[in-house]
Amino acid sequence: MSEMTYLQAISDGLRQEMRRDKRVFVIGEDVGVYGGAFKVTLGFQEEFGPWRVIDAPLSETAIVGGCTGAAIMGMRPVAEMQFADFISCAWDHLVTVAAKQRWRAGTPVPITVRLPSGGGFSGGPFHSQNPESSFAHIPGLKVICPATPEDAKGLLATAIQDPNPCLYFEHKHLYRRLKADVPEERYETPFGKARIHREGDDISVITWGAMVHTADEAAQQLEGDGISVEILDLRTLIPWDKQAVLQSVSKTSKALVLHEDTQTGGFGGEIAATIAEEAFEELDAPIKRIAAPDTPVPFSPALEKAFIPQVDGVAKGIKELAEY
Amino acid sequence: MATTAAIDVVMPQMGVSVSEGTITKWLKQEGDPIAADEALLEISTDKVDTEVPSPGSGVVQQILVQEGETVEVGTKLAVIAPEGAAPAQEEAPAAPPEPATQEAAAEAEAPSSSEGETPAPAEAPAPAPPPEPVAPAAPDAVPDGDGGGDRTFVSPVVARIASEHGVDVGQVSGTGRGGRVTKKDILAFVESGAPQQQPQPEQQAAPAAPPPPQAPPEPAPAPAPAQPEPAPAAAAPAPQPQAAAPQPESEPGESYEPMSAMRRGIAEHMRRSLDTSAHVTSAIEVDMSRVVAIRAKLKKEYQQSYGVNPTYLAFVARATVETLRDYPWINGELRGDQIVTRNYVNLGFAVELTDGKGLIVPVVKHAEGLNLLGMARGISEIAARARDKKLLPDDVQGGTFTITNPGGYGTFHGTPVISQPQAAILGTYAVVKRPWVIQDDRGGDVIAIRPIMNLTLTYDHRLVDGALAGRFLRDLRERLETWDETNY
Repeated sequence: MSEMTYLQAISDGLRQEMRRDKRVFVIGEDVGVYGGAFKVTLGFQEEFGPWRVIDAPLSETAIVGGCTGAAIMGMRPVAEMQFADFISCAWDHLVTVAAKQRWRAGTPVPITVRLPSGGGFSGGPFHSQNPESSFAHIPGLKVICPATPEDAKGLLATAIQDPNPCLYFEHKHLYRRLKADVPEERYETPFGKARIHREGDDISVITWGAMVHTADEAAQQLEGDGISVEILDLRTLIPWDKQAVLQSVSKTSKALVLHEDTQTGGFGGEIAATIAEEAFEELDAPIKRIAAPDTPVPFSPALEKAFIPQVDGVAKGIKELAEY
Repeated sequence: MATTAAIDVVMPQMGVSVSEGTITKWLKQEGDPIAADEALLEISTDKVDTEVPSPGSGVVQQILVQEGETVEVGTKLAVIAPEGAAPAQEEAPAAPPEPATQEAAAEAEAPSSSEGETPAPAEAPAPAPPPEPVAPAAPDAVPDGDGGGDRTFVSPVVARIASEHGVDVGQVSGTGRGGRVTKKDILAFVESGAPQQQPQPEQQAAPAAPPPPQAPPEPAPAPAPAQPEPAPAAAAPAPQPQAAAPQPESEPGESYEPMSAMRRGIAEHMRRSLDTSAHVTSAIEVDMSRVVAIRAKLKKEYQQSYGVNPTYLAFVARATVETLRDYPWINGELRGDQIVTRNYVNLGFAVELTDGKGLIVPVVKHAEGLNLLGMARGISEIAARARDKKLLPDDVQGGTFTITNPGGYGTFHGTPVISQPQAAILGTYAVVKRPWVIQDDRGGDVIAIRPIMNLTLTYDHRLVDGALAGRFLRDLRERLETWDETNY
């Protein structure tokens, strides 16, 4: 074990994968000489050379298109989008080609797209989004949202080895804020297995990514009120751990789904609907959602704070549900 | 609401747990005109007796369920046709031509009711099939008297647990928002071994409180080891469904009448209460001289200024609420393995219905906030509503302590039954002039004539010990004997 930040864990996982598997290469804007906008691949070009750490032109279309072709030819590319927001340029290659190739032709497309996502630093509308639900809706893609350094490393290894296109959402707000013990050796964290971040009896909070920590702080606040909160970190949205969610909700009978993405069409709606369909007779309260309002992410710090779910708001929501 | 299509009148849902009701009286007959919200019939349920208002205006076209019959909630009771429409049964006697107007419809009443003498079975009312009204019944035409005031939401999980354990949710006190019964509440209720309803006779195998429904009863009384016989008799027999009780032969001189829903409710509650609580009764004698004097003084003022009679009961109730403040357990409840206490008193009063055929316990909510005048008014209002059958389900729920007053007939002692899930019930009895030993100015004993009232406290000894009950009664007596006019 050694202590790493969330960012170091991603970097460490990627480096280990590149060391053990010659098919793995990195491509993105400024990932080589500069070491990446967030320095995830700092020193990579020195170690692996410019042919495995490729500085791409300013074209997400070219990056993902190239990755798709390379993957079909047997490589395991890891593309970096400088910001998750920019992936919209690569939508066609991802959704029309990569996601369907295996279904159409039986060819695996083992690409991993790293997506620095999320807000909390006044990045404004182009640098702060959480577009996971857009891709969760596309059959053929996998969606990964690690919340801890340990998961960041293990889930990245699993994504790189997965034969399908994987969208790996790494939350920028956690990059250097989160520090924890991470195993030094290589390991894979399985997809579709939620992690019980905190055990509790009164309410299940189902969330992922940075909101796991927001929920945790809220739960700590509520300890004094005698409200026992269970926090489920989904880790991956596609596939998502329905069983764990239903099990937790059966125990607590109250569910709150929390995400940083905007509410309408957010993945929380899918979870809420599934609970209503499959655990209706376990419910003791309406399912509650807490998410960002349906607007672009505001630039102003004050407005952004009002936009992204905050600890106090989440605590209030949990309390309301507990008192229902 | 102007009625354009025929409207069905159905048996309303009078509270969460009520599943059926008895028609006690039709206030309108077929052919009678009726206005929206005008009382159409009286019904009796486990919880309340009440009038059912008409969901729309028009003419009572058809009455489908006769007086005295008990039917399930949602059963169609009558049809209200738009004004001017022909009453259904008029077709058969081929009588008056086209009762197009209200008067005609009213006149048509006579033949209709004389025909009604022949006791037709409820389900098949008319000999000739009634012609369908113009439009089918409006589906949303549910009478508004359906207990709308108090329909606390039963969540899916609570409904499931209730049905699995045969629990009447109405018996569980809720701690959720607005008194909603939460999953924890009902689980605690089930775990406390609270008695269950008996809707499914096949689940009656275990006597007290079987934990999960499926657990087969342990064949405890199996003395001999390794008996190859199927199972001890105790566990085996499929219980006879008690539903269709055969009508017993009546002995000469006996007669039968069906039990009303209310009587069945009382019977079930009384039995259940004795099975639940460890009933003990303590009594105390109270010198009511001060109260009698103050009441004589206040009576005129209260009646003239407020139209309210300051009854002895109001005095006792007022003093009781004050005393309960110091004895939270007596105003409390055993819920599971928890003791519930409150910072309020919802005071129930046992009220006999005018026909002498039933008893109901309406509740004066938040009695701790009422002074003597408020208490007197609260009691008289709720008692009047009970006698006029105007109580809403909410009026009979949520009591935390009950007073019963059988003293009106001169009785001086009794042992009432606790209203579940409360912890105690106070009995008040006749104020009687008695020779009473008091001390004169010089400390000598003398006999005086004093108005004495006996009070009993019947309490659940599981929660309330005799000493506590004794202190409560002592303090209550003290309050009444030293009644401070300025304080109340």
